[in-house]
Amino acid sequence: MSPRTPGADLPEHPDFLWRNPEPKRSYDVVIVGGGGHGLATAHYLAKNHGITDVAVLEKGWLAGGNMARNTTIIRSNYLWDESAAIYEHALKLWEGLEDDLGYPILFSQRGVLNLAHSLQDVRESVRRVEANKLNGVDAEWIGPDEVRKVCPIVNTSTDIRYPVMGATYQPRAGIAKHDYVAWGFARRIDQAGGDLVQDCEVTGFTTDGDRVTGVRTTRGDIAAGHVVLCAAGHTSVLTDMLGFRVPLQSHPLQALVSELLEPVHPTIVMSNAVHVYVSQAHKGELVMGAGVDSYNGYGQRGAFHIIERQMAAAVELFPVFARAHLLRTWGGIVDVTPDASPVAGRTPYANLTINCGWGTGGFKATPGIGWCLADTVAKGEPHPYVAPFALDRFVTGALVDEHGAAAVAH
Amino acid sequence: MQLIECPWCGPREEVEFHYGGQAHVAYPDDPAALTDEQWAHYVFFRDNPKGRFAERWSHSAGCRRWFNAVRDTATYRFERVHRPDESPTP
Ligand SMILES: Cc1cc2nc3c(=O)[nH]c(=O)nc-3n(C[C@H](O)[C@H](O)[C@H](O)COP(=O)(O)OP(=O)(O)OC[C@H]3O[C@@H](n4cnc5c(N)ncnc54)[C@H](O)[C@@H]3O)c2cc1C
Ligand SMILES: [Zn+2]
Repeated sequence: MSPRTPGADLPEHPDFLWRNPEPKRSYDVVIVGGGGHGLATAHYLAKNHGITDVAVLEKGWLAGGNMARNTTIIRSNYLWDESAAIYEHALKLWEGLEDDLGYPILFSQRGVLNLAHSLQDVRESVRRVEANKLNGVDAEWIGPDEVRKVCPIVNTSTDIRYPVMGATYQPRAGIAKHDYVAWGFARRIDQAGGDLVQDCEVTGFTTDGDRVTGVRTTRGDIAAGHVVLCAAGHTSVLTDMLGFRVPLQSHPLQALVSELLEPVHPTIVMSNAVHVYVSQAHKGELVMGAGVDSYNGYGQRGAFHIIERQMAAAVELFPVFARAHLLRTWGGIVDVTPDASPVAGRTPYANLTINCGWGTGGFKATPGIGWCLADTVAKGEPHPYVAPFALDRFVTGALVDEHGAAAVAH
Repeated sequence: MQLIECPWCGPREEVEFHYGGQAHVAYPDDPAALTDEQWAHYVFFRDNPKGRFAERWSHSAGCRRWFNAVRDTATYRFERVHRPDESPTP
């Protein structure tokens, strides 16, 4: 028998989910950045407002930034009313997103425990739970015994360095498969007639007084009626070109996965105090992350001692992980603000909308912020959920300080 | 692990150092004369370049002294370090 051609038995390549069009020379709306936020904005522009002459320009490949590098934690148990409003809006959209997109996203509401390890942690946690309840966010305070019931593998003994004194629990929190989410949005945008243009870096802007008239790109100049910045860690590079400042510092943020394991971890556990958070993905790998690397960095990689510390913290909390093997580590570039809350809405240019500063925690906001940005563009007025996150809050002093709910917990 | 050159102690492991962000941000001469916007820029806004950046670092687990560095934020490479009393960043 003659040898078979290698690959002859492989299935057909699946259908492409979107075209790869040449960019047109002009669009009603140009979105800079093909991460989750840019894609979600284009989707809701079409779905909610019938605006389809839209391009999403991406310098690399769709979701090649933070969108497919994050640890996919979705929750809405933030402290302040402003944050609870937008994150809860997002969570409600997540609950119907698979149907909306007609695409599997493996959204799994397995709940999140935010552990408390000191009296101060306990007081802050109870306060946050009460604030959450007032905002209609599902949340409860539970003691160590109940922590053990929700997640039997957490070490709740009293003889560890930072004993677990209890936790906040949000049962509706969960995880999703981030690349599927991006593909689901991309497919819908393409079906609606929007252009997803990859390998197209915005290198400058054309302006006329207080208006942006278009963008300069590595694939030519493109005129725009409205421009939306969704460039996450690279936002400062763009605002430097436009001549205004946003209080962002870009940092490396790393995450890692173990090899595939049997299902052992039924929920999400986060601990700000020992500096780690863990969930188990559908395939079986443990997904872990911690805080940012301290220095500014655009390298999409960080230092290994951060990983070492995060593993030490994980093994302290989950002794059962001691012999698991690290499979892969990676990093993204997160745009951190002074109050750990995003910046979204108006800019010095009348037809330029900004969206950035989601730092370590913007994946969970994806459908919510896309919805609100689309509304902002369509109506020319910041959506009520993004209004509190305006750039001018750093001048007025109306900060939305979420360091407690957002520092390590993403 | 990256080695960072302390101008006093020489090359040491990165874990011994503490990052201090953008260098050469002077306290305003006459703070009361600043507008709210100027004050906000002093308090909250720092440069965030991709590339060369003049920074402050502290050798916190060594000699505990502060120094200045010029580092590339895309490659993480240090171009030079100098003591605060030496000539500032070119
Ligand atoms: C390791 C890690 C773990 C995280 N874990 C979580 C988590 O568990 N839960 C959570 O809620 N959030 C998490 N986040 C944060 C979350 O990923 C981000 O806040 C969110 O993805 C940002 O929005 P985005 O998806 O639009 O960003 P991105 O996917 O980064 O999109 C920005 C895009 O803009 C493109 N771009 C930049 N400059 C230009 C230009 N000049 N021209 C064209 N395109 C440009 C980039 O290439 C990029 O694709 C995590 C982040 C990281 C790195
Ligand atoms: Zn020293």
